[in-house]
Amino acid sequence: MSSPPATSRNMIVLNVLGPILAVLAALAVGAVIMLISGHDPITAYVALVDGSLNSKRAITETLIYTAPLILGGLAFAIAYRASLFNIGIEGQLVMGGLAAGIVGAWDLGLPTALHLPLALLAAAAAGGLWGAIPGALRAFTGAHEVITTIMLNYLAYRTVNYTIQKLGDWLPVDNQFQATNRAMDTARLPIVLDGTRLHSGILIAIACAILLWYVLFRTVFGYKVRTVGLSLGAAQYAGISWRGVFVAAMLLSGLLAGLAGAGEALGLHGRHFANPPGYGFTAIAVGLVGRNHPLAIIPSALLFGALSAGAPAMQSDADVSKEIVLVLQGLVILAVAAFAAANRIPGLRKLATPRMSSGRI
Amino acid sequence: MALVTATLRMTTPLLFAALGGVLSERSGIINIALEGMMLTGAFFSVAGTYWTGNPWLGLLIGVLSAGVAATIHAYWSITLRGNQIVAGTAVNLIAAGLTAFLIQRIWGQAGASVSVQKLPNLASGINVLLPVAFLLVPVVHIVLFRTKQGLHLQASGEHPQAAENVGIDVTRNRYVAVIASGLLAGMGGAFLSIGDLSYFTLDMTAGRGFIALAAVIFGGWTPVGAMLAALLFGASQAVQIQAQATPGFPISTDLLLAFPYLLTLIAVTGLVRASTPPAGLGTHPTAH
Repeated sequence: MSSPPATSRNMIVLNVLGPILAVLAALAVGAVIMLISGHDPITAYVALVDGSLNSKRAITETLIYTAPLILGGLAFAIAYRASLFNIGIEGQLVMGGLAAGIVGAWDLGLPTALHLPLALLAAAAAGGLWGAIPGALRAFTGAHEVITTIMLNYLAYRTVNYTIQKLGDWLPVDNQFQATNRAMDTARLPIVLDGTRLHSGILIAIACAILLWYVLFRTVFGYKVRTVGLSLGAAQYAGISWRGVFVAAMLLSGLLAGLAGAGEALGLHGRHFANPPGYGFTAIAVGLVGRNHPLAIIPSALLFGALSAGAPAMQSDADVSKEIVLVLQGLVILAVAAFAAANRIPGLRKLATPRMSSGRI
Repeated sequence: MALVTATLRMTTPLLFAALGGVLSERSGIINIALEGMMLTGAFFSVAGTYWTGNPWLGLLIGVLSAGVAATIHAYWSITLRGNQIVAGTAVNLIAAGLTAFLIQRIWGQAGASVSVQKLPNLASGINVLLPVAFLLVPVVHIVLFRTKQGLHLQASGEHPQAAENVGIDVTRNRYVAVIASGLLAGMGGAFLSIGDLSYFTLDMTAGRGFIALAAVIFGGWTPVGAMLAALLFGASQAVQIQAQATPGFPISTDLLLAFPYLLTLIAVTGLVRASTPPAGLGTHPTAH
């Protein structure tokens, strides 16, 4: 078998080694921050690994965090592939969670085989709608999706809050508990591993990753999405309806985010809480580290899942407050961007690899 | 009268950050990092005051820290030509994480700092920074529209390639604009923590940086427009606070809080009036 041509080897190095180096660089900078603030980074990182990988419970906790991060990362990726920047994953996620929570808590007298899919469908529809709005606004009015998705995040938080606070007469919500009512057993995502909290959301997430890979790389629609993402001009010239692609990509993005919310509501908590979980922003890091490739997003989400799962242990064992994980996420994003632009950093120019043309925002 | 004062108080932090946003976006750099810069400014104003015992030195430390956050955004957005939204997201995450981490580290408690001395009030409810924000509106207006530097800055944002061709240093202009936006956003943050209050709480800015960005857009990327938009958003927050304190107020606080976002959403669609960003926003001069 002949070796791959040099350019494709460079691409492999860029796409696999780049993110790994970026993560290591971020961990190193994180260690420096801990040193400056008088913590022991070794103890902290050992605790982080302990809390995320070193026992059955730790591993299942990591996987519990991984599920919404895979879906969020996929949501980011599908939009990004169409050159759209979905900052609204958090809003789409909570809308999906709310819908799933309400349908799940409703006593419809349905068996699990109907109730659970119905609740998931509601989440996908609510998230998809919340994603399609900025897609349509971008396609038909030119309103930039970054601004509209940020605004729709806040509108989603207010909608969720309003629903839970004020609509208790009509909907199964509990304003004392700041959440929807407890979901019926018929709408709960089954536990995968007895004696743990690990629910089947992780399986849905992995299935979605494979499905999105297929859609993106093996279907005409996926081809259109990638064409629009690489060059809007070329897509227009080829007669691709880019407006339709914008709307569809954002709808799909919101749909995946909505399912992430459903996993939390029907799997982990058994209800949807009014307080937004913040996964929507970690999802951006997940997508970027996974190079917006649906399958690469799985290990990327695992990494960030482990960071989140190990953070409490880091806090209790090394006295490093768990929010340092947010700093690490931000540093990873910066490092990924820096490695992608290595040819512009003096001294690194020699090592520079050819860059893929990136969609302009 | 109480409502007027409350409106001005709610508007001030938005206005500082929005003026920064106008400068940054006019130079061609998308700035969703305003949120993180504000948070950084709010935090280090309190920390600086705590360390030095002097709120003015605290203000200086806070504003400069926000400038550092802005420099990170500038380096990634301008020098590395990274995606400006990616860079802004990273700055926001780091600011949120680092401030939460440092609260615990410095004061040994989660969620809030201890109380420190605040900047003086000119009158009841009117902090010394409040008029500064409004006085900066004509200053930024004149700098942007009546000085050579301001016109160069605008050229860098409208058509970076052409600007570069006629000898304008686009990179320098953009750095200056983004760092200035950080200093201004930092002052907005300082107003929250040591102007209006006397302590820092977790996620104190609570999205004000994004609202400020919305004010920039709603205000048509001009200082005066941004001020009017910030006043509108500030007023809706003031009414909301009033409403929460008034039992039986007819409009839900969620609806009042949603109002600015809804308004911005409608505004950016251009359905109300044309909304045209600087033509070169988010772009770079040709790579070389």
